[in-house]
Amino acid sequence: MCSLSKEKSIHVTVDVDSLRSEIRDKSVKVLDIRKEDDYKQGHIPGAINLPLASLLADDSPDKVLQYAQSFGIGDETSVVVYDDTFGALASRVAWTLEYVGHRDVSLLDVTYSTWKKLGLETSSDIPSLTKTTHSLKLQPQILATSDYLTPAKEKGAILVDNRERLNFLEQHIPGAINIPYRMLASGQNILRPKEDLKRLFQNRNIGQDSEIITYCGSVGTLSGLGYYALKSLGMNNAKLYVRSFKEWKSLDKPIEKQKDANYWDLSAE
Amino acid sequence: MSNTNLSQSKPDTAPKHKINWGRLEEAERFAEMTKLFRQGLITRDDFRRFRLQHGAYGSRMTDDYSMIRLKLPAGEVYPEQIERIADLSEQFSIGSAHVSTRQNFQLHWVALEDVSEVLRGLAEVGITTREACGNSVRSIMCSPLAGVCPDEAFDPTPYAVGATKFLLRNPLSQSLPRKFKINFTCCEKHGMARMVDIGLIPLQIEENGNLQRGFKIFLGGGLGAQSFVGHQLEPFTSEDELLYTIVSVIRIFDRLGNRDNMARARMRYLVNDMGWERFQNLVLKERAMIKMLLSVIVKLDVDKTPEVLRKISISSEIPSVSQGYARWVKSNTFKQKQSGFSTAFLTLESGDVTSNQLRAIAEIAREFTSDGQIRNGFTQDIVFRWIRDEDLPRLYSKLLEVGLANPGALTMASVVGCSGTTSCNLALTNSHRLAKEVQRKFIELKIDEDDDLRNSTIKISGCPNSCGQHEIATIGFYGGGGRLGKEMYPLYTMSLGGRSDENTTLGHTCTKVPAKRIIQTILKIVEIFKSEKKSGETLDLWIRRIVEGNGGPNVKSIDDIKELLKPVVIVPTKDQDEDFYADYGSDGSYHTKTGRGECAA
Repeated sequence: MCSLSKEKSIHVTVDVDSLRSEIRDKSVKVLDIRKEDDYKQGHIPGAINLPLASLLADDSPDKVLQYAQSFGIGDETSVVVYDDTFGALASRVAWTLEYVGHRDVSLLDVTYSTWKKLGLETSSDIPSLTKTTHSLKLQPQILATSDYLTPAKEKGAILVDNRERLNFLEQHIPGAINIPYRMLASGQNILRPKEDLKRLFQNRNIGQDSEIITYCGSVGTLSGLGYYALKSLGMNNAKLYVRSFKEWKSLDKPIEKQKDANYWDLSAE
Repeated sequence: MSNTNLSQSKPDTAPKHKINWGRLEEAERFAEMTKLFRQGLITRDDFRRFRLQHGAYGSRMTDDYSMIRLKLPAGEVYPEQIERIADLSEQFSIGSAHVSTRQNFQLHWVALEDVSEVLRGLAEVGITTREACGNSVRSIMCSPLAGVCPDEAFDPTPYAVGATKFLLRNPLSQSLPRKFKINFTCCEKHGMARMVDIGLIPLQIEENGNLQRGFKIFLGGGLGAQSFVGHQLEPFTSEDELLYTIVSVIRIFDRLGNRDNMARARMRYLVNDMGWERFQNLVLKERAMIKMLLSVIVKLDVDKTPEVLRKISISSEIPSVSQGYARWVKSNTFKQKQSGFSTAFLTLESGDVTSNQLRAIAEIAREFTSDGQIRNGFTQDIVFRWIRDEDLPRLYSKLLEVGLANPGALTMASVVGCSGTTSCNLALTNSHRLAKEVQRKFIELKIDEDDDLRNSTIKISGCPNSCGQHEIATIGFYGGGGRLGKEMYPLYTMSLGGRSDENTTLGHTCTKVPAKRIIQTILKIVEIFKSEKKSGETLDLWIRRIVEGNGGPNVKSIDDIKELLKPVVIVPTKDQDEDFYADYGSDGSYHTKTGRGECAA
């Protein structure tokens, strides 16, 4: 997309050094998506805890807005999200904020474990919060629903399944292609360097402007990461099928599988 | 990019790979060719040939996915390479890698579009997949005990590596009538010199008071739908003649091999059709001619620099011995000719190993092996050499932690099973899972502790094509389909008495055994053996007597065994036993389905 210059200040990911200086400048709100117990034992200084389970209990736009406001996140606040699960849970939260209209949200490019391994500062203090207001500007263009999928596919949209290979082979939405979430990361970073990531899509003949819908097993976490991988490449015509395969199956929609092969028996797990 | 980097806490003194077999440009070319193929600009057959030449097989019932076969000459692999394989498996494959019977790693179910990425990742750490499949000279094998075997004349590893340097990407071996396999072994016992196109065993003779290195060379052996045992070319082939001999054989095969009938294209058919003496003469003549015509002396680039062994300082505290240690030492380790050192074999299940286990294996090699290296074995196993004897207890407890301490590696409890219906187009049965099931049961029954059974082997193929090497097993099986009325069930043909040492023999067909009766059948054979054996006789020796018709008065021949097994292999109706009609790893009822073989192209 050509809007890169306009959005220059917002990056899909931020590195640890930038985040540390933003924390020093108090110019950022940091969200920790891990479980409450883990958070209490230590977190990035100043981080606010929003366990994914709490968000998923009710992720209606009103409730999300309530969370944001109670955390002191206003329309223009910079938000950085992290987790300890490949960046997948953080992605789901970032996407949710984006969906209700919060533009300035980024993912920390490493997990909390890596942050600790790097020997960076942690804290167990719980920050005091000041309420603020946030407007609601829904962004339906980044959401895909089950009804949307089939007609979109017929018009050429690409459906990307971010689950692991064996799960994909076993069953998937008809016509989907598989880009397992593990493919998106490299070394200590939750996303590969852009050049590497770009090749994965070029090799699949997927163009920059293609409409792409990502999904995963149940709640849009792994596919949230898939969504941000696309965005990091400037592929902005991306949507998240947030209710994912769990909903698809519950609706008794058609399912495809790789038949006549016992691939599970190759696994040494 | 972050300025803060993870500091490497471990001082990495382990040697890195010495030879860069990989080529980044081949990965890039693969990506281009895949795009052209997807755009319909090259034909399926042309692309297939290219793909196989670069180590990518199609998968069962689809060529949208590939099995990528790495080429590890002499089975040598280094810790940083193993770690890369682990990463690539996790990212692009199924999170497990598979060790083949030809010392390679295979990554299954990789999306065709990602093959180039895997090739790139491998090339970055010096690994190639070039000519790992297709009608080329496949990875040159070398016994995992080469260099440490008490019975070897000398270490053949540098020759296997030198031959690879000469043949890899060599125009001579790009378009042969069919695949071509070369095996080096350390001694008569530890290899398969007579079951390949060219098999070589080191031999040292004294000539005019000088010790002269050379090989016993065997030609025209091989396993397959029709198997043959190789013939010895001459009593002694000196090392100076080695390359000339290999080149001569490949040239003759290239010229005369059967290019019309794929099923009879392997060199063993040429040798068989022509008769050994004629073939032998041709090779000797060809060699004489090549030597005369070549103005430059072509010699193998053999690096004979001795391996520099690292001093490994491991804590001197006396380790506590974990449970099961004695059993593991007995069945998984081998005393090297160098006193104070052992070689340890890992028991995998049908050669499968997870990414996390691979990472642990790399760590262990760094910590425990004096050569800092890992070798893949001949039986879907992984081998650590140069372990100090006093470190074995600690090694064992490390292996326990990562689930790699199963006993039985060098015994009958370690079962070989080809990939079968897990990924192969030709397979009729799930031999891969069956091998795992048999192995689990046998370890549970402590079969590995029985000295009578130690030397015997069980090998299973999912079709008659012998990738599971069933014909050289003491008890071998190959898969097919059986039928009772309208219902089909997975059924194996069992052969007895195969071996691959100096008395190489192909197994003799005994009887058909339904998949779900294989374990009982083997146990029944062991039971008969126990009541019939002479004192001190092992299972393999007793079976040899039976095969020759020289058993005892009660059980004399294979036919007698067949008779005794009848009650075990009886076929129930589906109402009586529904599970009987499903193959291992499947719930549904069994049916056979095959696609086009990928071995040939």
